[in-house]
Amino acid sequence: MIDRTSRLRLAREVRLKLDPRSGKQMLLYPERGLELNEIAARVAGLCAEERPVARTVAEILDEMVAVAAGTPRERVETEVLEFLRALEDRGLLAVQGAGPKDA
Amino acid sequence: MSDSPRPYTLIAELTYRCPLACGYCSNPLDLGRHGDELDTAAWRRVFGEAAALGILQVNLTGGEPLVRSDLESLVGAARERDLYINLITSGIPADGARLARLAAAGLDSVQISIQDTDPHGAAWIAGRDDTEAKLEMAAATRALGLPLTLNVVLHRGNIERVPGFIALAERLGAARLELANTQYLGWALANRDALLPARAAVDKARAQAAAARERLRGEIEVLFVRPDYYADRPRACMDGWARRYLLVTPDGIALPCHQALGITSLGWQNVRAHSLADLWNDDSSFRAFRGEDWMPDPCRTCDERETDFGGCRCQAFALLGDAAATDPACALSPRYDLVVAARLRAETPRAAEAARPPIRLRRLRPAS
Repeated sequence: MIDRTSRLRLAREVRLKLDPRSGKQMLLYPERGLELNEIAARVAGLCAEERPVARTVAEILDEMVAVAAGTPRERVETEVLEFLRALEDRGLLAVQGAGPKDA
Repeated sequence: MSDSPRPYTLIAELTYRCPLACGYCSNPLDLGRHGDELDTAAWRRVFGEAAALGILQVNLTGGEPLVRSDLESLVGAARERDLYINLITSGIPADGARLARLAAAGLDSVQISIQDTDPHGAAWIAGRDDTEAKLEMAAATRALGLPLTLNVVLHRGNIERVPGFIALAERLGAARLELANTQYLGWALANRDALLPARAAVDKARAQAAAARERLRGEIEVLFVRPDYYADRPRACMDGWARRYLLVTPDGIALPCHQALGITSLGWQNVRAHSLADLWNDDSSFRAFRGEDWMPDPCRTCDERETDFGGCRCQAFALLGDAAATDPACALSPRYDLVVAARLRAETPRAAEAARPPIRLRRLRPAS
């Protein structure tokens, strides 16, 4: 189970794609797809970014709170964590425990 | 603007050729009488038209897609259209180097079927036992970093080995395990009495799968699909007729599902002569069972009509000769007695020596 120190990427099999028909971001994975709302699309985008060290859940939460200025922190965190746990349940995340930044 | 729903998945049946002869195959019974396979260029055009229709995923299947010598080119063509590419294969002919070339061409995921963990059981249902080679292909899939789905079609002959299939999925590092019971259409309907398990066996397997789903949550997604004969309500077949899936047969016929060719009261058109968009949006057979206007009683007023979409049209035609009838797998169907009678026959205990009765194996041409 992920916690605030887990470092997250999308699992290798998952593709984040802009659906030209709906204009929405979608996660595609074997034989299935998930249409994302605006918050979920931003979170998935952070997990999809190519960077040497993946973001921790805490970093993702901070960035999302900053993006959703005006929305209470607690509400943003609840929604983001729910989405991340749903992805984890489906096996769509590559999760690493906390590690040194330069690992 | 079209009023048609938007399709998400193209099921590309690349060939009817297959080294295996599974007695529950979803290909048509008269598969030896079909025309020439679509060539590389024709499939390339189909993939382009599919993407333009809004399709996001393609399942490359058959028959056995690995027997197509141009499979690498076909994967490349689907990749050019940014489709998510699932290879649905028996794993035979097994060739790890080829799998690596397919991965390099853009393959996204691999589904490998396992018939049985008992070699005699595999040979009974498929005409031969390839389990060892299949396991090598599964390992090669994982070694390439591709997600692996293990697919097991359950029936009377293997349903008792569900714990073994779960252990195999764990050992192989599969991302998904599909424990999908046979549904009784086509070849499986021809072999129904040999394949339909008794209720207790289905219930036991279902409980085993449910326990594994909980235990393996986040590691392996364990799916279990009941035979609709034991569900009392029909399957939401294909998520509704011509609603999410579009299938093209090896010789180019566009269909809403694997079995629709069997509905001989409907006519079907070929992608060689029509665009995919015209067929999906306007073809009268695709439109025949969309929405609810076609529904008879008791479906038209049923609270579950938006859940199961009225069940399987192919099953209604196969059992009743009327594709617009209520699916007889629904306990509310006036002809539910047909399903009950088949279940009753399945309850009859069989002597050990009759556990693997002769079945009609899927062949391109009848054995001489």
